[in-house]
Amino acid sequence: MSDKGLPATFENPGLPPHIHRAADDDPRAAKRAERQVAALFTLSIIGTLGFIVSYFAVPNDTTVFIPFIGKTILLNILLGVTLAVSLLGIGFGAVHWAKTLMSDEEVIEERHPIASSDEDRAKAVGILNAGAEQAQLKRRPILKATGATAMGLFALPLGVQLAGSMGNPTKALEESKETIWDVPEGGKPIRLVRDVERTPIKASDVAIGSVFHILPETIKDSKHVLADKAKAAVLLMRLHPSSFANDSLGEKAKSWGYEGIVAYSKICTHVGCPVGLYEQQTHHLLCPCHQSTFDVTRDCNVIFGPAKRALPQLKITVDDEGYLVAPQGFAEPVGPSYWERKK
Amino acid sequence: MSTAASARAADLRAGDAKAAPLGAPKTAAGKVAVWADERTGIAKGASVMLKKVFPDHWSFMLGEVAMYSMIICLLTGVFLTFWFVPSMGEVAYQGSYLPLKGITMSEAYSSTLAISFDVRGGLLIRQIHHWAALMFVVSLSVHMFRVFFTGAFRKPREINWVIGTILSMLALIEGFAGYSLPDDLLSGTGIRAAEGFMRSIPIVGSWVSYIVFGGAFPGEAIIPRLYSVHILLLPAILVGLFAAHLILVMVHKHTQYPGPGRTENNVVGFPLMPVYTAKAGGFFFLVFGLLTLISALVTINPIWAYGPYDPSPVTAGSQPDWYMGFADGALRLLPGALEFEIFGFTLSLNVFLGAILLIPVMYTITGAYPFIERWVTGDNREHHLLDRPRNAPTRTALGVAAITAYIILFLAAGNDIMAIRLQMSINDITEALRVLFFVAPVLAFWVTKRICLSLQRHDRDTVLHGRESGTLVRTAEGKYYEVHEDLDPYTRWKLVSFESPAPIAIGSGKDANGVSSKAAKKERRRAKLSRFYFKDRVEPVTPAELAAAHHHGEHEAIEAPSAAPQAVKRAKQD
Ligand code: HEM
Ligand code: FES
Repeated sequence: MSDKGLPATFENPGLPPHIHRAADDDPRAAKRAERQVAALFTLSIIGTLGFIVSYFAVPNDTTVFIPFIGKTILLNILLGVTLAVSLLGIGFGAVHWAKTLMSDEEVIEERHPIASSDEDRAKAVGILNAGAEQAQLKRRPILKATGATAMGLFALPLGVQLAGSMGNPTKALEESKETIWDVPEGGKPIRLVRDVERTPIKASDVAIGSVFHILPETIKDSKHVLADKAKAAVLLMRLHPSSFANDSLGEKAKSWGYEGIVAYSKICTHVGCPVGLYEQQTHHLLCPCHQSTFDVTRDCNVIFGPAKRALPQLKITVDDEGYLVAPQGFAEPVGPSYWERKK
Repeated sequence: MSTAASARAADLRAGDAKAAPLGAPKTAAGKVAVWADERTGIAKGASVMLKKVFPDHWSFMLGEVAMYSMIICLLTGVFLTFWFVPSMGEVAYQGSYLPLKGITMSEAYSSTLAISFDVRGGLLIRQIHHWAALMFVVSLSVHMFRVFFTGAFRKPREINWVIGTILSMLALIEGFAGYSLPDDLLSGTGIRAAEGFMRSIPIVGSWVSYIVFGGAFPGEAIIPRLYSVHILLLPAILVGLFAAHLILVMVHKHTQYPGPGRTENNVVGFPLMPVYTAKAGGFFFLVFGLLTLISALVTINPIWAYGPYDPSPVTAGSQPDWYMGFADGALRLLPGALEFEIFGFTLSLNVFLGAILLIPVMYTITGAYPFIERWVTGDNREHHLLDRPRNAPTRTALGVAAITAYIILFLAAGNDIMAIRLQMSINDITEALRVLFFVAPVLAFWVTKRICLSLQRHDRDTVLHGRESGTLVRTAEGKYYEVHEDLDPYTRWKLVSFESPAPIAIGSGKDANGVSSKAAKKERRRAKLSRFYFKDRVEPVTPAELAAAHHHGEHEAIEAPSAAPQAVKRAKQD
């Protein structure tokens, strides 16, 4: 289409003419800008002094009520606001200075290609080659081979030391299966105790529709309370026996429980959050982390959410004093899935 | 050039104008400077640096916000180390926060309480640290978007794109590590979940978890270990990468938006001394001041309200810091059906995909993008002028599609909150989000591309027919029309100075001898991608087209501007 001798594309018109600001031409405007900047810097100084005064003068524990924010610690507000004033004064001052008094005429800097020139490259390659030649790299292949291998291997000891001493993973598999509910061969069944009070619990204490957070009585001897709790935490619920589903799952759940009282691991089979929101009407257990939902009437199988497996059930019964006990530990590992779970 | 200010600017323009000899220094500052220069020769480098030109645009400040937030994190973080005790050893709390008095907790948690209630100003520092961390991730992400949508990642800046990608990923991990340190109920639940994530790794999962935790969860090792990761290992890497990032910015010189006077061979803007120093330096104080103000007024992460970590209490509404939300959302969307048994082993893809693979895969794709685009375009030139996003419709649409997918995952992390707010079943919301994760990005792609193309067409119209001037003219025949004013050359240049590459022709997948070869097939794939990128395109107005439009306009009163359809050219291939 480039008839009539028109160029194929438009040409860059170059920088537009510079337009002066008020303070460029009018000394009074410039003076005004100067005063504004100085005022901002002064504000900053006041902020700094305010911070120091507040730091020494205001007690730690005074609280104030501030609209929209609520009750807060006075000292925090004062220190924060004064420091903010100190910083913002400098910031606004400097920017205002730059915008009103420093040149706003744009400057042009040339660019040059990033790549080096051919000569420079040739020179660099030459130096490298000469160096390799001097080091006799090509003539002594055995040095090259052993040197490269040594370099390749030297980090290995450090890696081995680090990975090897971080923790002993050989116990990972066996410990993953154990909980402090496990009863040694010929040992006594373990009582269920309330999570916080650590008092044993009778079947008659558990009303229909109620939930208890449970730990094994053995927690009192635990040397690693959090670690043991992290696997042994249990939820105890009582359903009307007729509430259980009329299928093999419901039957199993009932038969591992005691008169409609059932105990399940509280550790989500997804990634291990405590599953603790129990909906009485629907008999659903909900995990707060990613909303996996377990149906207690059907052996805590998953009815919604990202978890795949049912919560493991803890078999329970009562001892001669009427307290709830677990005669054996969980039949499968509790908590999130892992590769060797079934082994 | 009437004012002193512009005279100074002219000096700088003249470049290496000879400076008058200085003689012996008289002021104290001058003496120090001479002392230093005699030992470092710093004046040579400094004069080059101080004259360096930085283009001005609000979107160029996003990277600065990220940099400043990081510096503020480093600064306040050092403060925190003086009081924080990275230990899981148990103590009975004796500090001044009464509701927790006497409760058994880790030293990490009790020292964080001490920072919040007993160390004067400690709460402020802690809150600045946390707000700055959030600001760091936000600004870094938006900075990345700016770089992506303007094509600033093109040659020669690919390395900096990759560095930025790594920085962004490390920032997430650094934030997660920091968030975990106080050992409160929420962060402990986060660590608990992280243990679940590790366990989902095929074959080595339980070993990895044992090694990281130094034994069974939670053990005593994880907080001290996260601590050295958080305050030493990752900050060292972050600072190192960030320094490399900045050095490369200096070497490449900053990109600039297209405009009059701006070319591929220059940088137009303000010199480091004094304008840029004042603006950027002032801006640091603005960011710091703003973060401080927020920290004074808005409580973040009130760990005292959560209580110490304990594996059994239920943490209702537990959610990580926002930047981990998308991974949390992915975990909520991945169905349990993705857990399999193979040969008696358990493969928990429902966890593994979202918790372990998602982040590295996402960042690998991000990091690889410049190389993919370069392969498609075959463009080996340096690019220092930015693209206006509309002028790269396919790239812009791809970016928006990716952000859409991210947003869907992010929303999924709030599926429970949405269910409550919208009074809908969480089941339906989750199902809907699962579908949307695949559908919404495609839609977003399509819509964005259409929008870009129509903006480009609008630009063409503006160039061809000028701006509406608001003046009505009555013709001899009694018709009215509005006079359109021609654009001035400076405004026009912004609208016409872009390239609109045509797709490369698709070959047969066979070489010259009719034999199908690997190389020819690769070329064919490339051509197909190129078609995907460039088949719909709008070309910039040429001087000839403008002349023709003028010619046309002189003869007929303009009734309806209808030059658009012809503007879109479809490649006729295949
Ligand atoms: C740029 C990167 C950094 C990010 C994104 C970051 C993020 C965080 C976050 C989110 C927390 C939790 C704060 C809270 O309690 O609410 C935290 C805690 C902490 N950070 Fe950082 N941090 C960074 C750099 C550093 C550095 C460089 C240090 C030390 C040299 C440090 C020292 C600490 C300490 C001691 C704590 C625990 C004390 C406390 O939680 O109050 N951080 N960090
Ligand atoms: S941990 Fe329970 S749903 Fe994820």
